[in-house]
Amino acid sequence: MEQEKNKTFIDKIWDLFASVKFAIIIFALISLTSVVGTILEQRAEPAKNIQILTRIFGESLAPTLYNIFDKTGFMDMYHSWWFLTLLILFSANIVICSIDRLPRIWKMIREPISPLTEEHLEKVSIKRELVVKGKPDTVKDFVTGAIKGAGFNYNESKEEKGYQFYSQKGSFTRLGVYITHVSILLILIGALIGIFFGFKGFLPLPEGMSSSVALLHTNSLTRTEEHEKERILDAIWTSSGSISSSSATLGMDENTLKAKMHKYGIQPLGFTIRCDDFDVYFYGNSDMPKEYKSWLTVIDGTKEVLKKTIAVNDPLSYKGVTFYQSSYGMMPNAQGKFILRITPKFGAPEIKQLNLGERFVIPGTTMEGTIRDFSPALSFDKQGRPITYTEMMNNPALFIDFKEGGKGKYSGWILKRHPTTAKLPEGHSVEFIDLWGVQYTGLQVRKDPGVWIVYLGCIVMSMGLFIAFFMSHRKLWVRIAEEKNNTKVIIGATTNKNRAAFEGKINKMITLLSKRDAETGSAGRRKVDG
Amino acid sequence: MDSSFFFGISTMAYILAMIIYITYLASGKKEIGIAATTVTIIGFISHTLAIGMRWKEFYDLSGMGFLRSVPLTNLYESMIFFVWCLILGYLIIEFKYKNRSFGAFVTPIAGLALAFIDLSGMSKEIQPLLPALQSNWLLAHVMMSFIAYAAFSLSFSTGLIYLILTTERKTESAYIFWTFTLGIFVTLFFLMGIDFFTFRVAVKPEVFIKSYMFRASFFNPSMVVKILSWIAMIAIIVIVWRYGSVLKMVMDKFGISAETLDEITYKSIAVGFPVFTLGGLIFGAIWADQAWGTYWSWDPKETWSLITWFVYAFYLHSRMVRGWRGKKVAIVAVTGFVVAMFTYIGVNLLLSGLHSYGDIK
Ligand code: HEM
Repeated sequence: MEQEKNKTFIDKIWDLFASVKFAIIIFALISLTSVVGTILEQRAEPAKNIQILTRIFGESLAPTLYNIFDKTGFMDMYHSWWFLTLLILFSANIVICSIDRLPRIWKMIREPISPLTEEHLEKVSIKRELVVKGKPDTVKDFVTGAIKGAGFNYNESKEEKGYQFYSQKGSFTRLGVYITHVSILLILIGALIGIFFGFKGFLPLPEGMSSSVALLHTNSLTRTEEHEKERILDAIWTSSGSISSSSATLGMDENTLKAKMHKYGIQPLGFTIRCDDFDVYFYGNSDMPKEYKSWLTVIDGTKEVLKKTIAVNDPLSYKGVTFYQSSYGMMPNAQGKFILRITPKFGAPEIKQLNLGERFVIPGTTMEGTIRDFSPALSFDKQGRPITYTEMMNNPALFIDFKEGGKGKYSGWILKRHPTTAKLPEGHSVEFIDLWGVQYTGLQVRKDPGVWIVYLGCIVMSMGLFIAFFMSHRKLWVRIAEEKNNTKVIIGATTNKNRAAFEGKINKMITLLSKRDAETGSAGRRKVDG
Repeated sequence: MDSSFFFGISTMAYILAMIIYITYLASGKKEIGIAATTVTIIGFISHTLAIGMRWKEFYDLSGMGFLRSVPLTNLYESMIFFVWCLILGYLIIEFKYKNRSFGAFVTPIAGLALAFIDLSGMSKEIQPLLPALQSNWLLAHVMMSFIAYAAFSLSFSTGLIYLILTTERKTESAYIFWTFTLGIFVTLFFLMGIDFFTFRVAVKPEVFIKSYMFRASFFNPSMVVKILSWIAMIAIIVIVWRYGSVLKMVMDKFGISAETLDEITYKSIAVGFPVFTLGGLIFGAIWADQAWGTYWSWDPKETWSLITWFVYAFYLHSRMVRGWRGKKVAIVAVTGFVVAMFTYIGVNLLLSGLHSYGDIK
């Protein structure tokens, strides 16, 4: 009590941060505020959250509540100052609590084990006794054998009536908790590095186009700003990423341009990425996507340095920037090229790039085809009329008119996903390979130098948790003492975790000893008999 | 014979085991106890076979790698795996603690859950995987999450029984807590049954689970029905509160000591917590990182996993604060599982998110 009073303010703060009670309060605060953050949609349009609040609290309360939540930062709460404060308090709590306890724990770890007096041995939590035949010096060997069998290296001390063996294992496992706590800090540090030195952006990249920038999330822009952003992007794309030539085209000095780029979330990559092709694959005849693929090329300076086909779960990385397949879509008003592979019955295949309405000849024949119509997603209605069921390229098809020697012959649909439609009655084949240049691939672009620290933290945390929960600090004392020409064996043990498992081990030792005792006992009798 | 045949056998075995366990508790004859365990094990073996067969069926159909074909990709399969983990966890406890009383609680949960999965007609079709789900991390992530959920559900039951056994007065906060929790559980179970019989025939299972849960009660367009549902819930809670002592008397008969219950609660969480950390949070983060380029995006499912994690961290640490042994920590353990269940089902049901997995957009 006296000491309590003499504590300085700093001491009190320290004690607060070193206490588990404070940790429990922080756990509760982070959890409860996070619940609110999952109910309100984060970074959403105001209307959306007003609607959510109306649903829960009714029309009359919703606007007031919205204002309160908006003012207190709940609409983007995981980036708000107070949530950050909670995380900082949490980190401080872990650090101070660990520093506070570590000296004591360290002492426990370093402290060598020593033999126990009789009274102390009476008091340990796990205790077993048995009496075996023979004097301590004769039973000594198989007692120590049993200790070794249980996995302990022992020390030995001579006592008045016999010996004491003592040993400990896994003292370092007391650090498991602290390893776990440190790992949380590692993860938070890694996350901070990612926030400050990395970026997270998006890049819609049409087939055949390249870009040297990615687009970041920005606050909403006014119409004129939006317009200026478009102009800057245009200049950068046409100059293939050169800041100096873009600033010349735009009539802006380079520093202004850089500042504007920063404001509009235009993030230079340091190299150029090109989309050579994009394709979706479906399961069987269904519209269920099986795979999205983009064929990407990285151009650094003027050289193509890397080519990779990416898919969901299989990104491309270059110079710390990673490109993830995230979405796709159709370019509005884009003019693509139809790519056909034409194989005459007797002859080699030929690849052709054609426009709508264009004609082609099947090599070595007088047959010619004209592309009359295109559907991105062909299907037929009940009357058998062709319809397009979506604007996405779910089932691209070409309607081709065939003529021979100037006379109409037949016409029909050739479907990309159904190669059998490519066969003509004469044995030629006209395959629809792709419509190229109308789709864009949606790439998620990320640079995160902290991610390795986060992963390291995860590994450390797994190890720490494993040690904390599945390993224990075990101590073992075995005392053998003469008692009426026999030997009394006393086993004492303590453990900080998983007591049942350790007790099982000690019971095994006991069984082993009593079995050996029975065997030697009968052997001894035989000797007497002989 | 296909996988559903074996699922049928396990369902029946678990329900039969429940009857035998109860007979065992009533009679106290050891042979009956052994019979109960045997039937449970038969059910478990058949359950294991069924999962294995379904895995093989999916593998043959999908043409993907063996690991990618793990049958854990929709609600149906994940619930079956959950029940499997639950029974496994129970059997381990039975052998370790040499106490069978607990089987009378676990087998009915397993049997009813399997029967419910079967009746609700939750999509049993083997569906191909969306691109984002085609990852080996998925196997590790989902499988370990469910092992953790099963461990948490064990700690929930032991925690709840602990509270039932140790509370005496009706005004005690721990008593109010458990009767309230149990009352809500009973109500939700009951109301879901009503939804099931009202709407299930009309709509597809996925649509049912997503849009029709509680449509016959809390989410009914009619104000009268809404108010009646709330009144019904309050009534059920009050009844459980009033007659909770009856439950305590029944539990007392089973002869499980409060210390054993406290220990099993801690042990289950001590297994569930690391498994959940590694499988649920870390592997989930790695998977998200591979698929979307962000290991953490604060979407509702992720945030709720984190909340679950914090509640269990709360549990582990609260045991260290003096005076928090016993009832208080049991309350935290029970709360933890309620939160975990919300993470598993509630988020998909009530909140939308990035990976509301189990339904196809
Ligand atoms: C979410 C973050 C945290 C996690 C995952 C975590 C994890 C753990 C684990 C697994 C244990 C071992 C528990 C057991 O054996 O039953 C533990 C013990 C402990 N934790 Fe934490 N912890 C966290 C935050 C904190 C904080 C903020 C404090 C600050 C006061 C703290 C203080 C302690 C203490 C004092 C112990 C007991 C150490 C001992 O037994 O020697 N923990 N923690």
